[in-house]
Amino acid sequence: MSAELVAECGRAGKALRVRGAGTKFEWGTPAPDPEVVVSTAELDRIVEHNEGDLTAILEAGVPIARAQEQFSAAGQMLALDPPLGEGGAATIGGVIATGDSGPLRHRYGAPRDLVLGMTVALSDGTVAKSGSKVIKNVAGYDLAKLFAGSFGTLGLILQVVVRLHPQPKRTVTAIGRSNDPDAVARGASDLAHASLEKECVDVRWGGGEGAALGRVGGETAMEQAEAAARVLAGAGLDTEVVEDDFELWAFQRDSQRSSDRAVMRVSGRQAELARTMRAAESLGGSLVARASLGISWVTLDPERIGDLRRELAPFPCVVLDAPRDVRASLDVWDAEPSPLAQRVKQRFDPAGVFAPGTFPV
Amino acid sequence: MAHDLIQKLREACGEDNVVTHADQLRTYESDGLLRYRVTPRAVVLPGSAREVQAVLRACHEAEVPWVARGSGTGLSGGALPVEEGVVISVNRMNRVLEVDLPNQRMVVEPGVTNLDVSKAAGPTHFYPPDPSSQIVCSIGGNVAENAGGAHCFKYGFTTNYVTGLELVLPDGELIELGGKELDRPGYDLLGAFVGSEGTLGIATKITVRIVPVPEAVRTLVAFFDHTSNAGRVVSDIVAAGIVPGAIEMMDSLAIEAAEGATHAGYPSDAGAALVVELDGSEAECEHRFQEVEKLCEDNGATSIRVAQDEAERQLIWKARKAAFAAMGRVSTHYYVQDGVIPRTRLPEVLERIEELSKEYGMPVANVFHAGDGNLHPLVCYDGHTEGQAERAEELSGKILTACVDAGGSITGEHGVGYDKKRYMPRMFEEADFDAFQRLRCAFDPAGMANPGKVMPTPRLCGEVPGPYRQHPLEAAGIAERF
Repeated sequence: MSAELVAECGRAGKALRVRGAGTKFEWGTPAPDPEVVVSTAELDRIVEHNEGDLTAILEAGVPIARAQEQFSAAGQMLALDPPLGEGGAATIGGVIATGDSGPLRHRYGAPRDLVLGMTVALSDGTVAKSGSKVIKNVAGYDLAKLFAGSFGTLGLILQVVVRLHPQPKRTVTAIGRSNDPDAVARGASDLAHASLEKECVDVRWGGGEGAALGRVGGETAMEQAEAAARVLAGAGLDTEVVEDDFELWAFQRDSQRSSDRAVMRVSGRQAELARTMRAAESLGGSLVARASLGISWVTLDPERIGDLRRELAPFPCVVLDAPRDVRASLDVWDAEPSPLAQRVKQRFDPAGVFAPGTFPV
Repeated sequence: MAHDLIQKLREACGEDNVVTHADQLRTYESDGLLRYRVTPRAVVLPGSAREVQAVLRACHEAEVPWVARGSGTGLSGGALPVEEGVVISVNRMNRVLEVDLPNQRMVVEPGVTNLDVSKAAGPTHFYPPDPSSQIVCSIGGNVAENAGGAHCFKYGFTTNYVTGLELVLPDGELIELGGKELDRPGYDLLGAFVGSEGTLGIATKITVRIVPVPEAVRTLVAFFDHTSNAGRVVSDIVAAGIVPGAIEMMDSLAIEAAEGATHAGYPSDAGAALVVELDGSEAECEHRFQEVEKLCEDNGATSIRVAQDEAERQLIWKARKAAFAAMGRVSTHYYVQDGVIPRTRLPEVLERIEELSKEYGMPVANVFHAGDGNLHPLVCYDGHTEGQAERAEELSGKILTACVDAGGSITGEHGVGYDKKRYMPRMFEEADFDAFQRLRCAFDPAGMANPGKVMPTPRLCGEVPGPYRQHPLEAAGIAERF
C-alpha cells in the first residue's frame, strides 16, 4: 500500500515525506509542506522474533517500545535506546532513518550497526531488499547502511531485520562528579580506556558541574562498578555507585532533546571532550556525551548556535531541535553536499520526490 | 592504445612498479581461490594516493577495466584479474600513518596487514576483526570484503570499526568519507563502500577504531561424541545470555585433520570439538566461564580442557586455525565453502550436509563459527580423477542452497567475488540487483572497477543523453545493456 503510494508520487512528481510517529519530523532543513505524507502507521507488525538466533524482523512503523517489551520477555533487547519522544512513540523506521542513538551505542553501535537487512520502496516503483536475516552476511551491497541516517530522502523503509542482544541480568552505574571539566573528561576517558567491559560511558555537564558515568552489567555488576568507581576516583572525581540506575540513564537520553531550546549534535573526538564542555558552559548551555565515541549533544539558546560552531570548528555541529524560524535562518547540517552523494540521490530517487530540500544533498 | 596506457602507468609509478612480463604476471593471475586464472595485461604497484589517482585516470581515459588487489588471500576470486585489464596492487602502500590512542583511532594505508594494525594498537588496545589469514591479509582487502573472523560474534565486523576512508573513485577523483569523528552529516557512503568488493573505488587511507584489550580472557575446548551435543551447548550458552568472545565448532573429520597437523592434543576419536572463549571484566568472565563449563558437562562433554596459560590457549586456537590447511592431510583436494544459517537451524543443515556427502560419496568436514551461524564445510575430493572437481563443486553449491533454504546466506565472510555471483539469484531478485546497481553507478558509471564480480549478470549504467556508443565491456561480450 505505502509502496504503491510512493510509486504514484514518483509518477506524478509529487513531493512526499515519510512519517513514523513524527517525533523527529521537524529535524532537517525546513522545507515547504510536502504534497503527500506517507505514514508508516499501518506497517506495524513484528514479523518475526527469532529468540535463539537473536534476530527480529520489524515493519517500519513498529514503535520501538512495543518491540522491546516482546524482546524483554525473552531476556533480550534491541540495543538501541535513543529518546523515544512524546509517549515513547518513536518507531523503528524513524529511528533508523534519522540514525538516532542513545547511551547503549557505546557498546552496541548505532542503528547502522544493528540493522542486518532492509526492504525499501523507491520512487520509480522498485521494491528492493538488501542484507539478510542472519547476523553474518556479506552478499551484495550493504544498502541498509546507506538508508540508515538518510532521513527518508532515498526511499521508504518498509521493513528491517535487526540484531538483538541478551539483556544484562542487572546493571550498576559508577558516577564521578566534579566542577572541573578537565577532571570529568579525564575520568570518562580513563574509564573508556580501562580494560573493564562497559555497557555505556557518558558524561554530562551543566550549570558549572558535571559527571562521568560508567554502566556495567552482568552477574557481577556490583563488583565491576566498584572497579569503575576506582578509575573515576583516580581522576579526582567524587564517586558513588548507583544500583538503581534507570533514572541516571533516562536523564542522559532525555537530554538529547529539547522542546524550547536548541539541541546540537557535535561530531567531535574523545580528546576534545573538555573543550566541548567548556564551550557549552561559556555559552550558557549544557551537554551530554558518549565519551568514548566523541559525540555530544549540546542544549543551548538558539541564538548561540553560530557561537558554538565557531568554538568547536572544524567539528560538524548539526542542529537537531530548534524553532522552525531559527532552523530556516541557518544551515542546520553544517555541511556542503558532495557530488557523489548527489549522484546517489539521483540514482535512488530519480523522481526527486523524497523530502526535497531537507538534507545536505 | 595498450602501449600508451602502459607508458602512462610507468610515468605515474616508475618503471620498476609496472609488471608486464608474462612470468611475473603469473603471480597475479589468481587470488586465494586458485581454481580461476586470468592473466592481466599489466600489474601496477602505486606507492601513494596520488599515484593511484594517476593510474585510475589513465585506465579511465583508456577505458580499460581494473582490479584492486591487497595480499591476494581472498577466497571468492574477488581479486581475479580481468582479461586485458590492469591489476592494481596496494602492497607498497603499507605504512601505519598514525596511532591516536587518546581518540582510539588509527590511520593506516591499505597494504598494512591486519595483524600489524592490531600490533600497532597494542599492548593496551587492539583491532578486533581477525580473519584467519590475519598474518598476511591486508586491511585494504578487509575493507573491500568486510572481513570478519573468529571474534566477530561479540565484536562485530570490519564495517563496525572503519570510521573514515580516503578513496579514489574510478574516474581518478580523490574523496574522503567520514573521518575520526562519527555521525558526520550526509549519507553513510562509508557504510556502503565497506564490503563492496572493490567495485566502487580504491581505499588509499583507512581510519579505524581500536578498543582496549579485555581485562581477562578464558578459553576452553570441550569434546563431544556428536555435533548435536555441541550444538545444544551453543544454544544453552546463548539462552543464558552469555556472549562469548568466540565460539567455534569442528566435526570429527576436521578434528582428525587438525590434530594430525598440529598435535594440539585433540582426541582424534571425538565427534565434535567446541572452542569457547570468554573475555571481558575479570569477575564477570570468571563467573560465566564456570557456567559454560557446566553447560558442556550437562550436555555430555567427554572431556574439557581449560587453557591454564597463554601458551595453552594458543595451542587450542592453533588446531582450530589450522583446520583449513590441515585438510590437505585427509584429502588431496578440497573445496572450502562459506555459508550462513540462522544458528538454530544447525541440526537440520548438518544432517542435510551429511546426506549430500553420502549421496556424492565425498567426505565433508565442518568448521563452524557457531555463534553467528557461519559454516565452513570442506568438501574433499580426488582432483586427479576426472569429473570429481565438478561434482565437488556441485555438492558445495547444494550446501549453499540448504543454507539459503534455512533462511541464511551464500557468504558470511569470503565475499561473492567471481565464484559466488552465480548463487546470488538464490538470495536476491531482479529488483534487488537493480537497487545494487544504482549504488554502483553512482560510484562507477563507466563500470571499470572490478567488472564481472558480485552481480550475477554484468550490467551497465543508464547512459547520459547523447548518441549511442558501444561500451568496451559490451564489445568484449562481458556485459549487456539493461
